[in-house]
Amino acid sequence: MTDQVEEIEIQLLLEALYLRYHYDFRHYAATSIKRRLRLAREQMGFASISALQERLLHDETMLPRMLGYLTVQVSEMFRDPSYFKAIRETVIPHLRTYPSLKLWIAGCADGEELYSFVILFREEGLEERTIFYATDINQDALARARAGIYGLERIQLFTENHRKSGGKSSLSEYYSAGYGRAVFDKSLRERVLFADHSLVTDAVFAEMNLISCRNVLIYFNRALQDRAIGLFKDSLSRKGFLGLGAKENLRFCAHADAFSEFNREERLYQRRDG
Amino acid sequence: MSARRCRAVVIGASAGALEVLNQVLPALPASFPLPVFVVVHVPPDRKSLLAELFARRCEMRVREAEDKEPIEPGTIYFAPPNYHMLVETEQALALSADEPVLYSRPAIDILFESAADVYGPALAALVLTGANEDGARGLRAVETAGGQVAVQDPKTAFAAAMPEAALAACPRARIVTPGGVAAYLQELAAMPPVDEN
Repeated sequence: MTDQVEEIEIQLLLEALYLRYHYDFRHYAATSIKRRLRLAREQMGFASISALQERLLHDETMLPRMLGYLTVQVSEMFRDPSYFKAIRETVIPHLRTYPSLKLWIAGCADGEELYSFVILFREEGLEERTIFYATDINQDALARARAGIYGLERIQLFTENHRKSGGKSSLSEYYSAGYGRAVFDKSLRERVLFADHSLVTDAVFAEMNLISCRNVLIYFNRALQDRAIGLFKDSLSRKGFLGLGAKENLRFCAHADAFSEFNREERLYQRRDG
Repeated sequence: MSARRCRAVVIGASAGALEVLNQVLPALPASFPLPVFVVVHVPPDRKSLLAELFARRCEMRVREAEDKEPIEPGTIYFAPPNYHMLVETEQALALSADEPVLYSRPAIDILFESAADVYGPALAALVLTGANEDGARGLRAVETAGGQVAVQDPKTAFAAAMPEAALAACPRARIVTPGGVAAYLQELAAMPPVDEN
């Protein structure tokens, strides 16, 4: 029913983005992409999506701005506190039995979830034996994640979430505040590797004990979701854990059989043997 | 294809939603043939009890939407807290964690606009009580796509701002009272098919 011309324009722009810059949004969920492209067109003042595409092809300084629109992800520290509580109380006891650990935050955006995990692991005494991988396709977001600076107005929510997640320390121990910003301590990044990695086009890169990928798959279509989950399956150690967003699940996924439900309510899955 | 003239219903409500939805949703029969998508502004940090509550009161099936959930006729879908709910195709819903719109996530505008894209003229949209302007832009999109638009009579609304904003955006919208909504929706669902051309 949608304006057919606009559909064609969107398809062409995504193709152009892929051919020119190798960013592949062609199999993202169409509705969200459409909304974001409309927003980009409107806010950047182009008459049509074709006009936006023309500029994108010829002017590479447009790319970061475009990615800014296409990869918007709004998160918070300890988002869904009950998720982190469940990890603290039921996953950590399993992880404790390993001498070394690898954790992957896939689609880390600005890093809120990454810092949440590092703090949680520090509180549980596991930080020292863990390597944290934080990946995203958006370089600007990775730079922000690396900087670990958030608006002070968000800290009240982060603190509240941290407390509800069963936090054993005070969040204020981990940042210094000033000029309206909270700067998170660089010691939190000592064991973090940041990397540009795409769930759409890149491959497995390590054997993980826990992968947390929340509210990323909702932006993918079913085929792409299958690819990403397949990648997680191949990246997990036996009995490794996978955490998804509160409204994401493996029910319709081709790899569902490779996982068992560890905590249904909190969307925690565990890789089966073999 | 002889599709129904109206194939889906979207509803948006905010302050005072519970009371008016309680007059609307339980009044729809189990045999109501369309999917009904509902966005209510709920606080992000709380587990929403809306779906559970209405599942007990409604004859229709009631669900809180999951990502890529298949769309079934005769089912009421509530947007989960802290996510936007969108209609991806006539077969499936989608969720997004995009930034709030007018401070709201879920936002009524996002549901309405995505549904207008998918269903075009075969959509009925309804803005109920509320204290902000979410829904006005979305209702306009539904109207522009040729869908049926209706607004709760502000005089009967717990909070009049939202229906008033919707009426300002769509002055020709049908004005309904809470008690009249279910009958109105059944009337729309029963409209005979038209040839699409």
